[in-house]
Amino acid sequence: MAEVERVAELANLELAADEAARMQRDLNAILGYVDQLRQIDTSQVEPMAQVSELFADGATEGNGESLRADVLRASLERASVMAAVPETDGAFFKTPKVIER
Amino acid sequence: MSQLPSQLPSGLLEKPRTIRALRAAIADGSASASGIAERYYARIEQYNPQVNAYLALTREQAMEQAAQVDARAAKGDPLPPLAGVPIGVKDVLTMRGAPTTAGSRILEGYRPPYDATAVTRLREAGAVLLGKLNCDEFAMGSSNENSAYGPVRNPVDLERVPGGSSGGSAAAVAANLAVATLGTDTGGSIRQPASYCGVVGVLPTYGRVSRYGLIAFASSLDRVGPFAASVEDAARVMEVLAGHDPLDATSATRPVDDYAAATTREVKGLRIGIPEEYFGEGLDLEVRAAVERGIDALHAQGCQTKRISLRHTRYAIPVYYLVATAEASANLARFDGVRFGYRSAAATNLSSMYRLSREEGFGAEVKRRILLGTYALSAGYYDAYYRKALQVRRILAEEFLAAFAELDAIVAPTAPTAAFRIGEKSDDPLAMYLADIYTVTASLAGICGLSVPCGTTAAGLPVGLQVLGPHFGESTIFRVAAGVERATAEARA
Repeated sequence: MAEVERVAELANLELAADEAARMQRDLNAILGYVDQLRQIDTSQVEPMAQVSELFADGATEGNGESLRADVLRASLERASVMAAVPETDGAFFKTPKVIER
Repeated sequence: MSQLPSQLPSGLLEKPRTIRALRAAIADGSASASGIAERYYARIEQYNPQVNAYLALTREQAMEQAAQVDARAAKGDPLPPLAGVPIGVKDVLTMRGAPTTAGSRILEGYRPPYDATAVTRLREAGAVLLGKLNCDEFAMGSSNENSAYGPVRNPVDLERVPGGSSGGSAAAVAANLAVATLGTDTGGSIRQPASYCGVVGVLPTYGRVSRYGLIAFASSLDRVGPFAASVEDAARVMEVLAGHDPLDATSATRPVDDYAAATTREVKGLRIGIPEEYFGEGLDLEVRAAVERGIDALHAQGCQTKRISLRHTRYAIPVYYLVATAEASANLARFDGVRFGYRSAAATNLSSMYRLSREEGFGAEVKRRILLGTYALSAGYYDAYYRKALQVRRILAEEFLAAFAELDAIVAPTAPTAAFRIGEKSDDPLAMYLADIYTVTASLAGICGLSVPCGTTAAGLPVGLQVLGPHFGESTIFRVAAGVERATAEARA
């Protein structure tokens, strides 16, 4: 239970008491299930985080992972972005106090 | 689709006219894009209350677009490829000025200031975008029961789920509330609902269709793809969606093939693999029978079919649920009440604003996955869970690459069962995850795939056959799927 609360804190989630118990039950079941991965010897296997890592070196061109030129260009108009903000003065995002005295 | 459950009002299940027929009718003046759009809005008004496929309609923009198509047709100008075709968009893709919730309460009321690239491409191809389609919250789910805006119901049997997470997209095509729709697939979210609803759903190769404007779930897996009532229509929409986009750094620059032409080519001589691991314990016997009829039909049309083994397949679900949740825990950190969406009114300081906004805004499955992913990435567990999953991911992907060295396509069931009942699995997350057992491996490997209807169960529930192809092998899977579709249509006739 302390473990679920620790992870919830890392994830910036606040769990109600009954919710924490349910999550603990579900996560234990899922973690028990994924434990079967231990059966596989992966000592000689490189991790694959992205699909492009499957292709031989240099083959990423055309297969994805293309970077655009680093040049200045216009971004979204401020007013259209600020229209969706929960609290703003029109120029900035407003939040409750960060540092409390 | 021939056997309609008797309790349904006639007309809920209806096959749309083909894109080719609609476009021709608009071009020769026998139909107008505006008239077609009006008819679709009338159907949505009549049937959406039962199906709950649409969350928002974009009627004003749609009618404006339809009027432009009609003006072009009246002048005799050439029409773009999807001129006047009514299309719905899964609510995880942004449409400028239109409500975009991702099925979550945390984005209630959010109207994004820009269009997703897939949406832009459809607009530029003349499509009439009808509205936004219901889905599992942040595309996390296999039944569409995780939407904060109520479940979608399967038009074939309203007591059953449409599959997920793109349940609204599949159901909308099945009920002819759109001619085609956009969905997204991270672990099966296009193919599995296509199977459950009896429509065609396509998972493009990773990098083939831009994800710019897609609200990210698991970035190394997420893909955007079409649903349609026929293989040819799915191919036509794919031709519009596919292609390089500088706004998505994973977008491929390769040229796009003529997919619609591929659907007319005979399948004779194609080498098709049948992986034994996709036909084992847990596969419903009626689903198995329908898929085997599809395979027999391909054999009869001259394909060389061959039994193969993809022996690590059973590890795909554990790998998927570690990789996808790890990425989700990072992607969903952006929902914190600062820049968009919901902010808790109960917050007293910055920290409680983050926590309470997320606690009140996210549903149970989203929290479950964020917690699992955070755990798998946390100090002390990273190597045992996340890194281990990435290593097995490579084994699974290389197993496909080795198989495709000698095969043109792989054929298997899309899902182990037909559509299950609403509520049947909603209390057991692990049982729900197993609905994706045949779809997640292709997601991890980045290869392309699709689901095409291959028959029904005795109760009339659709069964999908999955066709998998190598990276950028879309033409081949469309070709194979068209062969299955022709045989299934003949068997019904």
